Amino acid sequence: MATLGTVMNVSRYSIVLNVGFKKLLRTSGCFSTFKGVGFQRWCSHTHLSVPERIEKKRKEALLGGGQARIDAQHGKGKLTARERINLLLDPGSFVEYDMFVEHRCSDFGMQAEHNKFPGDSVVTGQGRINGRLVYIFSQDFTVFGGSLSGAHAQKICKIMDQAVMVGAPVIGVNDSGGARIQEGVESLAGYADIFLRNVLSSGVVPQISLIMGPCAGGAVYSPALTDFTFMVKDTSYLFITGPDVVKSVTNEDVTQEELGGAKTHTAVSGVAHKAFENDVDALLNLREFFNFLPLSNRDPAPVRECHDPSDRLIPGLDSIVPTESAKAYDMLDIVKAIIDEKDFFEIMPNFAKNIIVGFARMNGRTVGIVGNQPKVASGCLDINSSVKGARFVRFCDAFNIPLITFVDVPGFLPGTAQEYGGIIRHGAKLLFAFAEATVPKITVITRKAYGGAYDVMSSKHLRGDANYAWPTAEVAVMGAKGAVQIIFRGKENQSEAESEYVEKFANPFPAAVRGFVDDIIQPSTTRMRICRDLDVLVSKKQSNPWKKHANIPL
Amino acid sequence: MGDKIESKLLAKKAKVNTIPGFDGVVKDTDEAVRIAREIGYPIMIKASAGGGGKGMRIAWDDEETREGFKFSSQEAASSFGDDRLLIEKFIDNPRHIEIQILADKQGNALWLNERECSIQRRNQKVVEEAPSTFLDTETRRAMGEQAVALAQAVQYCSAGTVEFLVDSRRNFYFLEMNTRLQVEHPVTECITGLDLVQEMIRVAKGYSLRHKQADIPIKGWAIECRVYAEDPYKSFGLPSIGRLSQYEEPLHIPGVRVDSGIEEGSEISIYYDPMISKLVTYGCDRAEALKRMEEALDNYVIRGVTHNIPLVREVIIHPRFVKGDISTKFLPEVYPDGFKGHKLTDFERLELLATTSALYVSAQLRSQRFLDPARVPFAKADQKNWELSVQLDEGIHSAVVTRSGSTYSVELDGKMLNVTSEWNLASALLSVTVNDTQRTIQCLSRDAAGNMTIQFLGTAYKLAVMTKLAADLSKFMPVKAEEDTSSILRSPMPGTVVAVSVKPGEEVAEGQEICVIEAMKMQNSLTAAKTAKVKAVHCKPGVTVGEGDLLVELE
Repeated sequence: MATLGTVMNVSRYSIVLNVGFKKLLRTSGCFSTFKGVGFQRWCSHTHLSVPERIEKKRKEALLGGGQARIDAQHGKGKLTARERINLLLDPGSFVEYDMFVEHRCSDFGMQAEHNKFPGDSVVTGQGRINGRLVYIFSQDFTVFGGSLSGAHAQKICKIMDQAVMVGAPVIGVNDSGGARIQEGVESLAGYADIFLRNVLSSGVVPQISLIMGPCAGGAVYSPALTDFTFMVKDTSYLFITGPDVVKSVTNEDVTQEELGGAKTHTAVSGVAHKAFENDVDALLNLREFFNFLPLSNRDPAPVRECHDPSDRLIPGLDSIVPTESAKAYDMLDIVKAIIDEKDFFEIMPNFAKNIIVGFARMNGRTVGIVGNQPKVASGCLDINSSVKGARFVRFCDAFNIPLITFVDVPGFLPGTAQEYGGIIRHGAKLLFAFAEATVPKITVITRKAYGGAYDVMSSKHLRGDANYAWPTAEVAVMGAKGAVQIIFRGKENQSEAESEYVEKFANPFPAAVRGFVDDIIQPSTTRMRICRDLDVLVSKKQSNPWKKHANIPL
Repeated sequence: MGDKIESKLLAKKAKVNTIPGFDGVVKDTDEAVRIAREIGYPIMIKASAGGGGKGMRIAWDDEETREGFKFSSQEAASSFGDDRLLIEKFIDNPRHIEIQILADKQGNALWLNERECSIQRRNQKVVEEAPSTFLDTETRRAMGEQAVALAQAVQYCSAGTVEFLVDSRRNFYFLEMNTRLQVEHPVTECITGLDLVQEMIRVAKGYSLRHKQADIPIKGWAIECRVYAEDPYKSFGLPSIGRLSQYEEPLHIPGVRVDSGIEEGSEISIYYDPMISKLVTYGCDRAEALKRMEEALDNYVIRGVTHNIPLVREVIIHPRFVKGDISTKFLPEVYPDGFKGHKLTDFERLELLATTSALYVSAQLRSQRFLDPARVPFAKADQKNWELSVQLDEGIHSAVVTRSGSTYSVELDGKMLNVTSEWNLASALLSVTVNDTQRTIQCLSRDAAGNMTIQFLGTAYKLAVMTKLAADLSKFMPVKAEEDTSSILRSPMPGTVVAVSVKPGEEVAEGQEICVIEAMKMQNSLTAAKTAKVKAVHCKPGVTVGEGDLLVELE
């Protein structure tokens, strides 16, 4: 019981009760004689008073599947469901629901007392992160491998319903072997109940999934429906079917890690948004991440105390874009220089690296950053980067987070792989997302803004509120060389024509004279300009025509 | 005079003390070995057209002479387009002291006192000062007069420097003459009050000197630290590259001069010398100049490239340096196993731990301060005492932090420290008072998991601060295996591969050369860390590699 002190985090309510129980126990004197678990259980049905039984159930609930299984969980380098909650939430803030819920299965011997665990295989409730309300469920792998029973699902649904009602985010900590096979269709129904709530809550409250163990089969669709999925390196897996089934169906030899590990999903499939080193690292990072989010779609983007002057000039930006148009630079340098304290929470840093998305603050207010990354594939838009960008833009729009877009895009990536893969409909997603967004939209063209990609990247034409060009901006249909080859096909003096084209179009003026950019600004003043615009745009009101919902090209 | 062989002959003629050596061009390796044996080891191989330590090697035996000859001639050819080499006696335990001279077209010449430039790494100066703690008036005059004699003998006109090696008995030997303004000239300007550039322009125009030798004072003391973009933990400084994402010079401190050619946003590339600036401090005496240098280095903000501030800051506070007990071998003698950063005293360690704990609490408290009106009321954890676990190196310490206003009381391993600061978490420089000691520290990085890098006394320390709960739970976290670095060879710096000496399948002995990387015109030989068979070669001559790129794998 020595470990209980660290495992335990009971609500204030239960602490008060516990004190009462101890007095009771001292007077009755019967608790001290309990030895084995079996005896305790027998005793609880026959001799214990109600307060004693409450106390006993709570103690059992806090131990989940028992000390041996907790040790096994630790042995795998994982924390228990309750430890995770305690670390994620402010100390002492967790209020637990449904600690006494037990599963209702009576088949395969499940009705036996030793197969019942108070709270079943999930811990649910609400608490605070830096003082702000959050609902949470944390699957308990020590109880039936965290498998999902009807009761387990019911507990999750309860907090999800309340979260939507109150208007607070839901964080799901996933560590589950899958469906409770013994319960059959009851378990499947449970999954569907959760899926439905995931869908209905989408765009109402932020939903975050933390994968901290296995998550396989149908269970994967709950994280997939939420806004953000984070994983833990080496100890978490997400897949529809495991390596054995894969082998039997497609004859592929693949390990769990290769099939659905953190690396696969953050770099190859794009299913997960970020991976962390271990449980502790993930939970501490999640606290930081949570601070960027508004509690619901009814709240504005949060404003946290900021020490970084909003009018800070950044002389380094005046020389950051190389003079040669073909030379790469790191857009992250620009982003980090402009935002508050270089504090950037990048989303999907290892997937479709030709676009950067993530959260930052400007003068304390959360903003969503989207930027082409010239360092990777020249910053072009392709299928993956369009989808990555689109999903992020829609999240920001849903939750009133202003969008700041940095543009250096040579166009969409050509080729059969892209065309066969459907770049047309995937590219349209990003266009759709920027166009429908009604949050404040500020765009800075740092260099290239070519062709259709110019239109897509939060251009003035898509209702950009403040569109700026740096002096190095080139807003044009395409690069000078390509343009000249078309305009002057078969003619001589191509290089002369090319320099004429550069003179005419490879600069910010054609866009500026038409009002497609609002101003050509000195790069060093960018932070100051954006902060000032955001202050004005706080009261922006814009709406789209009434509709049941739009039909984004999926 | 730019040619070392010529200049040595001229110096001999002008009756300037010279080092025993071979006054001619060395033809080949065999001749190099023969001459080396004649002069007696140790010997030094230098490029005739050299400068700045390029093409220079010291050899203690025949084999090193052969190897040194090969590298020096390659380096000399690539840097100066002239592979002629010369060999001379290598003076053990020498000091490098040079005399600044100024001469006009009318045949007048002055010596503007000396500069002590003994603190060097790879024969390149890093810390210089004027005057030298070592010279007495007589030696100074003797050196000055010989320097002037040499300048007059060659009818030199302009500012110039005559470099000497000075042994422990104050015997001095002519090394070479630099017929240009030198990097370290500001220290001379500080103590003499002369603007050397202005004087150079005057004499170039044909005016005669305005000063007499008797007018040249030694007023106060000046120190110069060369701030380089290099990693001081690798051979006292291997080039580093990158973009200066943040750059602030410590010009708010009195008596500070910074000569630099870069600004925030500048790119430090592999193609040029990695110098960031010359940081010069001046004081009425050496102690004041050194104190200001400490402060200036602590207040210097350089982000985006690795720099050598940790090293120079250690040098200027080292007891041997403070006493003036230095030689050109100072660095290898004081740090025989390489530079490892500042060694914290017990109290400094406590100071660092307490400051970092306080900074952590300050950031955590800020995370709770939302300014927008909340629809769902905040429920702030009203935490009075922060129980923390702070890790520095292998040591894990428990701390309890209590805040009242801008003072954080930190109980650390049973000791109480008061950390007071009005710090601005967005600022690069954090001024903090621990008990009664005021310091400027820099927080180089801070992440959500409590990892912080703090620049304290010049050195960057990695710390991890966690709540006690997080630290307790961290014990269950798996320890991830680090890769075995003895069987892989990574490029220690960005540069170009010049030569690859091994092929897959070959046996290599420990210490055997595997490949050569050239960066900033320096050739660096990379050797095997163990005796093994070569598994794979991932580079070939001519390719550009980045720092940490995999070059060769051993089995």
